[in-house]
Formats: sequence, C-alpha cells, structure tokens
Amino acid sequence: MGLLMVFLSGVLFALGLGIAGMTQPTKIIAFLDIFGDWDPSLILVMAGAVGINLVLYRFTLRREKPILEDLFTTPSKRPINARLAIGAGLFGIGWGLSGYCPGPALVSTVTGWGSVLTFVAAMLLGMLLFQWLQTEEPRPVDAAQGSGQAESSCG
Amino acid sequence: MENFTPVASTIGGVLIGLAAAMLFLFNGKILGISNITAELLNPRWHGKAWRLTFVAGLLAGGLLLQLIYPQALSVSSPRSLALLAIAGLLVGYGSTLGRGCTSGHGICGISRLSVRSLAATGIFMATGIVTVYLTNHVFGGGA
Repeated sequence: MGLLMVFLSGVLFALGLGIAGMTQPTKIIAFLDIFGDWDPSLILVMAGAVGINLVLYRFTLRREKPILEDLFTTPSKRPINARLAIGAGLFGIGWGLSGYCPGPALVSTVTGWGSVLTFVAAMLLGMLLFQWLQTEEPRPVDAAQGSGQAESSCG
Repeated sequence: MENFTPVASTIGGVLIGLAAAMLFLFNGKILGISNITAELLNPRWHGKAWRLTFVAGLLAGGLLLQLIYPQALSVSSPRSLALLAIAGLLVGYGSTLGRGCTSGHGICGISRLSVRSLAATGIFMATGIVTVYLTNHVFGGGA
C-alpha cells in the first residue's frame, strides 16, 4: 500500500511536469532567457506547486506520523555554506546549458531520444563522481532534532 | 512572450505540488529527484525500495504522457550533444553537492520555508540566467 502511493506520486509528478511544460528544454531555456524572448511560465509552475504544498505541508505536519509509515523523513538543519552555494551554482549552469533538470530528464528517457539519454547518462556519472570523490560532509550536531524525524537531503 | 502558457503551467504546477504533498502525507518522504536518483547509485540497499518505486512511477507517467499528450516530451534540443553531456555532468555533480535540485530545494524546500533551499534556488536561478545569457546572446546558441 505504501509503495503503491509512492508509485502514484511518481506518475502524478511526471504528468504535472509534462502538462506544465517542464519536459520541453526550449521552454526552460526561454524562462531563463530574461534578456531575450522571455517565457515566464515557470513562475506559475513554481507558484502552483509551492502554493498547494505550503498549505498541505502544514496540514500534514499536524499529524504525529505519515498515514502509511512511522516517520517523517525531513532534511536535517544544515548551514548555508560553500557546498550549498557551489553545488547550486554548478547545477544552475548545467540547467541553463541544457534546459533539463533531473525530474523532466528522467521522465523524457521514455522517448528513447539520444540527446536526453546522453544528458541522463552524464548526470548519473556526475552523481557517481561526487560519491567517489567526496569527503563526507560532517553531520550537523543537531541532526536528530525533533521527535520522529530522520535525516535525508532535499532533492 | 508568445510561448507563455499560464493555464497549463499553473495546472501542471498544482499537480507537481500535489504529488509532493501526497508523498509526504502518506509516506513521510520529501520529493527530491536528485536525492532519489543519487541514493539509487550508492552501494547500500537501505532506502532503495521506495526510491526505485518512485522512479518506476516517473517512467510510467512518461509513457502515459507519450500516449495522451506526446507533444509534451520534446525530441529536439537547441543544444549540441557535447554541450548536453557537459550539462548533465554539472547537473548531477552540482545537485548532489548542493543536496537538492529544482524539486527538492525549489518546491519542497521553499514550501517548508527553508532559508537554505530559498538560497539554493536563488543561486541556481541566477547561474542559470547568466548561462543562458552567455550561451544565447554572447556565444550564439550553443548548437
């Protein structure tokens, strides 16, 4: 039952990305092209997604635990540090170069199209490179703050 | 602005938000694609079942899109294959180092009022805008 809801969340997420236009790299590039022929659509995607989540997240956190599992897995508190800034900065460069972020790219692999498969293969390699090269970021002292919450990263 | 799609993008955004809200309400998990993908690549089995199931759902959703709304899935890119490969490396490495991407920081993090996610989102939007400016208007398109 738990995994069925996870599966349905994945399906709904993919449909949302497709309907929103997130799986069209030209549209993402046009959103970032504020000095060219700007397409502001992505602002509405963000507003819709954040708007509904802002309300439902609060509602959900009033519960002691999720409906089908025992723990909420929320990211632990970490500082705004160089890792975050450099990581987000590099991510943005790749996003602007390609018009793809990870979710829409994964969804688009069903087309079997060489360009998106190339992007996804390189993305997986980039993640593996990080895992091979990384020195583990020290865990924050207050990692286990709050009851019933485990650690994870955001995205 | 002739490609502006306010209605479809708002509806799509709400569906994206509902998908994230439902994963949190039922399963207590944060919907972050780069975390889900990166964790599937490490050798530990722990925490893989739900992540594999989520990716299966994403792909099933992709197949459904191909059936009912095929024009949503682009098969053309303004960028060259070499540029897409470099971009993929940067997206994979950067989102793992920064612990989040457009979904985890941009949607879930901001909805949780995380200042860290707000900062990350501001930074990747800024470097994305500069990159597109340089690629489109200084270096002539990157094709």
